Amino acid sequence: MPESSKIVREVKFHITRYNPESDRSPHIQTYQVPVREGMTVLDGLHHIKEHIDATLAWRYSCRMGVCGSCGMLLNGSPTLACNTQILHIAGTDLTVGPLPNFNIIRDLVPDLMSMLEKHRSLRPHIVRANEADINDPEGEFYQTPEELEAYLQFAYCIKCGCCMAACPTLATDTRYLGPMPLGQAQRYNVDTRDDGRNERNRVTGSSHGAFRCHYAGECSRACPKGVDPAKAIQHMKRQLVLDYLHLASRPKPCAKMHGPGSGRPLANVPPAPARTI
Amino acid sequence: MKETKYWTWHMAAGVVILFLLGLHMLIMHIGGITQLFAPAGGESISRENSLARDGQLFFTVTYIILLGVALYHGLYGLRTILFELTLKPATEKAISVLLLLVGLGLFGLGTWAAFTVHAIAVARG
Repeated sequence: MPESSKIVREVKFHITRYNPESDRSPHIQTYQVPVREGMTVLDGLHHIKEHIDATLAWRYSCRMGVCGSCGMLLNGSPTLACNTQILHIAGTDLTVGPLPNFNIIRDLVPDLMSMLEKHRSLRPHIVRANEADINDPEGEFYQTPEELEAYLQFAYCIKCGCCMAACPTLATDTRYLGPMPLGQAQRYNVDTRDDGRNERNRVTGSSHGAFRCHYAGECSRACPKGVDPAKAIQHMKRQLVLDYLHLASRPKPCAKMHGPGSGRPLANVPPAPARTI
Repeated sequence: MKETKYWTWHMAAGVVILFLLGLHMLIMHIGGITQLFAPAGGESISRENSLARDGQLFFTVTYIILLGVALYHGLYGLRTILFELTLKPATEKAISVLLLLVGLGLFGLGTWAAFTVHAIAVARG
């Protein structure tokens, strides 16, 4: 933030502080921050750390809404601190807390492991019956623009955890898989290169899977990247029921091609360089 | 996939309930207008009309189906609500078994009642 821009107003940051080594429970600490135009909440936290209290802890990396590290609860809404300008959401006061529905590691740092373990349990990657297709690639998997469109918006997920923090079901049922893992499972289920839907159905169709979703839609509203996990989950429920009733069309995963058109490398295309790893 | 099976039947039961409740409304609540299944005439809920319906196997079977789907739909819904309280897996299992036993018990009792009333109605001609 350029120091030359003029200070618009002073904003009180009411920040949740918690150090598990010394505190019994989280408490609120207030800091006065001079806010300039264009200043993000992340900039405000940096100001506090540099000028007021060096012990404040939070997680961040890219500062441009890409890495998904700085998800936190701003004025009661889960969102990214780097993507939110203070003057857009605060008058004279701003509450900053860690993402709910997660344990707190310290201050504003949530423990995302529970989310990531659920995510991993759904095999969030392309699964092929023949593993050599993935491990020893010799060609490309071609998709039409329509096939790409089917999963593209779900692929914008940055795993920040804002949807998990906004989910009312997850607030009462900690074993519920949650919008991010389920949304990502659906992202791969509809990918024409993937062959892992049956395997994922066993997890997504379990007691604390997709059918626990009440369609509150808060996950989609909270997502800072515009992903719609609630939609993905509703599509998934439909797919699960159709799969159970054997009514779903199950096209084979798309085959690997060895070049555009004929399925063989073109004569005028030079061979790929030798592998380096 | 176990939950997918339960959920699918839960929805199917809902559709059947919708149809059978529609039939119930048609016969019992606007029966005065439609005179549907009211052979004795007058009010559909009169004793004579009730006995006439109970004497038909179609109605006995319909009552039992309605009882079965309503019990399944309701008890599965209750189980869903209880499961959101983050219970231990053993408690969840116990709840499932308990609800299954309660459901089977009530279904047995209701089926016995429906057939008993059917037999009485048939005996009275």
